[in-house]
Amino acid sequence: MPLLTDDQKMLQETAVNFLREEGGPTKQLRHWRDTGCTDGYGTDLWKQFGELGLNGICIPEDQGGLGLGAVEAALVLEEIGRNLTPSPFLTTAVVAARAIEGTAHAGRWYPAILSGEAVLTLAVDESRRHAPEHTALAAERRGNGFVLDGAKQFVIHGNSADVILTVARTGGSPGEREGLTLFAVPKDTAKVESVTLADASKAARLTFDNVELDADSVVGDVDNGWLPLSRALNAGRAGSAAELVGVAAGASAMTVDYLKQRKQFGKLIGEFQALQHRAAHLYGEIEIARAAALKAAELIDSGDEKAELLVAVAKAKAAAVSRLAVQEGVQMHGGIGMTDEHDIGLYMKREAVLGELFGDVHYHRNRVAELSGY
Amino acid sequence: MTDLDAFRSDTRAWLEENCPPEMREPMRSEADICWGGRNWTFQSDAQRAWLERMATRGWTVPHWPKDYGGGGLSPAEAKVLKEELTRIGARQPLTSFGISMLGPALLQFGSEDQKKRFLPEIARGEIRWCQGYSEPGAGSDLAGLATKCEDKGDHWLVNGQKVWTSYADKADWIFCLVRTSTESKHKGISFLLFDMATAGVSTKPILLISGNSPFCETFFDDVKVPKDQVVGEVNRGWDVAKYLLGHEREMIAGMGLGGMGGLGLGALGAALKPDNALLRADIAAFDVDALAFAAMSERFFEMFKAGEAHPASPSMMKYAGTELNKRRHELIMAAGGSDALEWDSERSNKGKAARDWLRTKANSIEGGTSEVQLNIVAKHILGLPGA
Repeated sequence: MPLLTDDQKMLQETAVNFLREEGGPTKQLRHWRDTGCTDGYGTDLWKQFGELGLNGICIPEDQGGLGLGAVEAALVLEEIGRNLTPSPFLTTAVVAARAIEGTAHAGRWYPAILSGEAVLTLAVDESRRHAPEHTALAAERRGNGFVLDGAKQFVIHGNSADVILTVARTGGSPGEREGLTLFAVPKDTAKVESVTLADASKAARLTFDNVELDADSVVGDVDNGWLPLSRALNAGRAGSAAELVGVAAGASAMTVDYLKQRKQFGKLIGEFQALQHRAAHLYGEIEIARAAALKAAELIDSGDEKAELLVAVAKAKAAAVSRLAVQEGVQMHGGIGMTDEHDIGLYMKREAVLGELFGDVHYHRNRVAELSGY
Repeated sequence: MTDLDAFRSDTRAWLEENCPPEMREPMRSEADICWGGRNWTFQSDAQRAWLERMATRGWTVPHWPKDYGGGGLSPAEAKVLKEELTRIGARQPLTSFGISMLGPALLQFGSEDQKKRFLPEIARGEIRWCQGYSEPGAGSDLAGLATKCEDKGDHWLVNGQKVWTSYADKADWIFCLVRTSTESKHKGISFLLFDMATAGVSTKPILLISGNSPFCETFFDDVKVPKDQVVGEVNRGWDVAKYLLGHEREMIAGMGLGGMGGLGLGALGAALKPDNALLRADIAAFDVDALAFAAMSERFFEMFKAGEAHPASPSMMKYAGTELNKRRHELIMAAGGSDALEWDSERSNKGKAARDWLRTKANSIEGGTSEVQLNIVAKHILGLPGA
């Protein structure tokens, strides 16, 4: 795998500086959480993402974007993870941008994504488990359009999104990839129950009770929704893996710093080999998870047939490693790690949500087994 | 056509003509490895021809300078050669500690005379080397080594004992860490080369839990060594040793890939076809880790080449790779059930599964234990106090 190009390093530096300055918990996560913000993220910060050009990473150049790919998105997402930045970047600028790529919806929504004015999200899950093939939400043809009936949950930013890209079944039966159709559902169309998740982010449970949609709302082709959906899911899984690497790296850096400051029994706790070995093990695991996340992104960008396998590897590995990082983080911080005042607990809660998003560690281990033929 | 394209087509044509068909068959076992050396018996004419032809071109060590028996290839050319060799499934013409360990140390620290004298015969597979590092009293604490090396004016006089010397009973020469001063622990060590046929050198194989004996105890009893056979400065051998250990750890870390190339990187489950849901889950968890490590290995080598790797990062790779390999073999044993426990039947290929499984237990001991690697990462990468 080639290392980062100079352009990629510049982009990374932009993201590092921007999010370190503006994206940290004091200015963002804690601020919005403690002031009861209903969106769960700052709209000004989202516009700044747009001004810096970050929102154009996954949008083609001829449509005003930068025409870059999953690798560049991963570089930004790692910094988002490290700073625990609440942002629609993953849902909107990565997942939704990929879902509508090459469809009629791209022309309509790309400008507002680029400027950081619109938020789009993807609605897939229908139960507490991620299982896209098992989509049951029904979309029946009626007249020139469709009528949707069913429910979605764990729709990140679903309470504030301008458009919810909703996977529905127009044919086939649950368990099949055929017969799925992706719909662009405008705000205030389905019934929205806003939910606050453990990490203070906002999501929605949606109820579709005979919701009527125009034929124009179809993204791509009817019955062929698996194509845009899998494109979006691959981007979302690789992206959440990269963000998880950032969460792990952030939690680990904070913990290693603490080991160098906290004294007990007359010495720094970082002098105890029992803690040194665990910290060193974690360091290696994070490096490996980052390599997997970048490899998956690279294979997506080159259209490699192994991309799907590596995406599953990356998500499973990053989720497991960041879980270890936040557990070790809270444990090694001792009592202070249990307080809301300290940021280490915020990493633990963020990891839990990101780990679950687009399939948890067990889902992706199972994918690896299936894709490997066992 | 670029120069590199031309190199590729020339290389492809040359390999087509010169790599014997037998040497394109996958190795059946470790017995198919060509180690070379004064006492080497070639398994076949094909093995001999393949080594001689490759050595003539300097392609046993493609990236070494031509003056020292290498191919003088650029990194890009060496990569093309490797790809072309992989493409036809060619066996490595020569495997040796001279190539993987001593060579890099000589290139870095050796005198011009030493390079000219020792490197070409390594490249041609004429001299087989072994490594004399560990001692009964110096394992993880390698710098505590005590093998005495006295300056007798016109020669060195060596007395002491080494242990875990790989293939000492088959090697022609040894590169050895010896104590030339007791003033300082680390700055009293020298890196010495000598002929295993010298009077006073003897070896004794060690029988391992796997039933094999790849290692020896090596004894030095008044061994006289010429003065010009110290590599680098006297008392600064630890610098050479550390440099070399980096290479060794890189090589051992590479074993995490498991030599199952034909099955794809780390896809263990496809080979084992687990018939139990919990075993399948364990194997899938392993495959995730193995494929992620494979991505790390690629990235690590790129970073290493670009000089962007942390100097202590081989320790991280060695730790992760060897622990992974042990897990791999635990799973192979679990999937193999009672079949895998047979020790010497033909059915079990003379207990290959069980012997390989036991062999892997040494991975996280040799070349610095896992615990030592973690110490190094804690100290040099994380900067933890008192590590």
